[in-house]
Amino acid sequence: MEILKIAISAMLVNNFVLSRFLGICPFLGVSKKVETASGMGMAVAFVMTLASVITYIVQYAVLEPLGLAYLQTIAFILVIASLVQFVEMFIKKSSPSLYEALGVYLPLITTNCAVLGLTILNIQEEFNLIETIAHGIFASIGFSLAIILFAGIRERLAIADVPKSLEGAPIALITAGLMSIAFLGFAGLV
Amino acid sequence: MKLFDTFKNGIGKENPVFIQLLGMCPTLAVTTTATDGMAMGLATTSVLLGSNLVISLFRKVIPDKIRIPAFIVVIATFVTLIGMFMHAYAMSLYKSLGLFIPLIVVNCLILGRAESFASNNKPVKALADGLGMGIGFTLALTILGIVREVLGAGSVFGFELFGEAFKPAIVMILPPGAFLALGVLLGIINWIGQKKANNA
Repeated sequence: MEILKIAISAMLVNNFVLSRFLGICPFLGVSKKVETASGMGMAVAFVMTLASVITYIVQYAVLEPLGLAYLQTIAFILVIASLVQFVEMFIKKSSPSLYEALGVYLPLITTNCAVLGLTILNIQEEFNLIETIAHGIFASIGFSLAIILFAGIRERLAIADVPKSLEGAPIALITAGLMSIAFLGFAGLV
Repeated sequence: MKLFDTFKNGIGKENPVFIQLLGMCPTLAVTTTATDGMAMGLATTSVLLGSNLVISLFRKVIPDKIRIPAFIVVIATFVTLIGMFMHAYAMSLYKSLGLFIPLIVVNCLILGRAESFASNNKPVKALADGLGMGIGFTLALTILGIVREVLGAGSVFGFELFGEAFKPAIVMILPPGAFLALGVLLGIINWIGQKKANNA
């Protein structure tokens, strides 16, 4: 039951992009095409799930026993940066085709606040290991859902007749605002 | 004069939020009130000043290959310091900014300035750049905060503006309001820019 609650909350009610404002940069940056958006979504999902497990271990096996909880931010960002690097090398060796597809997005993930935000939230909410993993998976599904839906709308927007001063970023933000209103409809579900 | 130009760049021509669209997450998330927006801007400015100075001082020592992790460690150190400082002296702000204080680390604005400016300029110039960008960021967040607070709560910096009869548009202080307000503001800025270009 607890897991289901976390799943719905992370995916819909507190959607990382549309209500927590985490990961806005890739959300606006790589959402011009559905294909690239789903590539980004997959790469983020991969890193987010791994990062939540590893930071969980770092927090409870290293930082807390040593009384170093104040180093959380530094430790987590280093874990994420090296994880991204490692994942990049691993995918490059093991599956060149996946690397081709994700390649460009992987380095960008280090500065994606959704990943660092997720790991800090996991600790703040005092999730146990299973809840942490569930939160990671469903939060990244929520992220992918938002970015893919948004990319679909933007593909249509590209051929729409938009007032000149609203072209590009302004209309994208207004569209995201309307999507966010739609997602408000999920409030109260949990 | 050159130094002043570097400083001015960040506020107007290369404004991090309105022109470069950097640091969007905090821009959208913490601008529910003007006070929060301004506080976030100032915290980011302090981190930016510190990281620009240190990175510029060490620019010849840091090996090129590991420069990004090195920059991130420097930035994370300053963010931790600011976080502890706010925890000690500004508890209410610390609570309302919450998650977004540690997340200053991944503000692309700071890493962007470290990479593109501080790592190949002298410390004094890097400080001027950091100050300009920081003030530009703070201004943008404050403006967005004022717009959202006036429309969404009928007040500015906590002062009531309109009295009892005013019915605020709650949506402006909810998440969608952030996207809508920034989108419309950017549209207005574009419109002014285009008008100027046409007149010239």
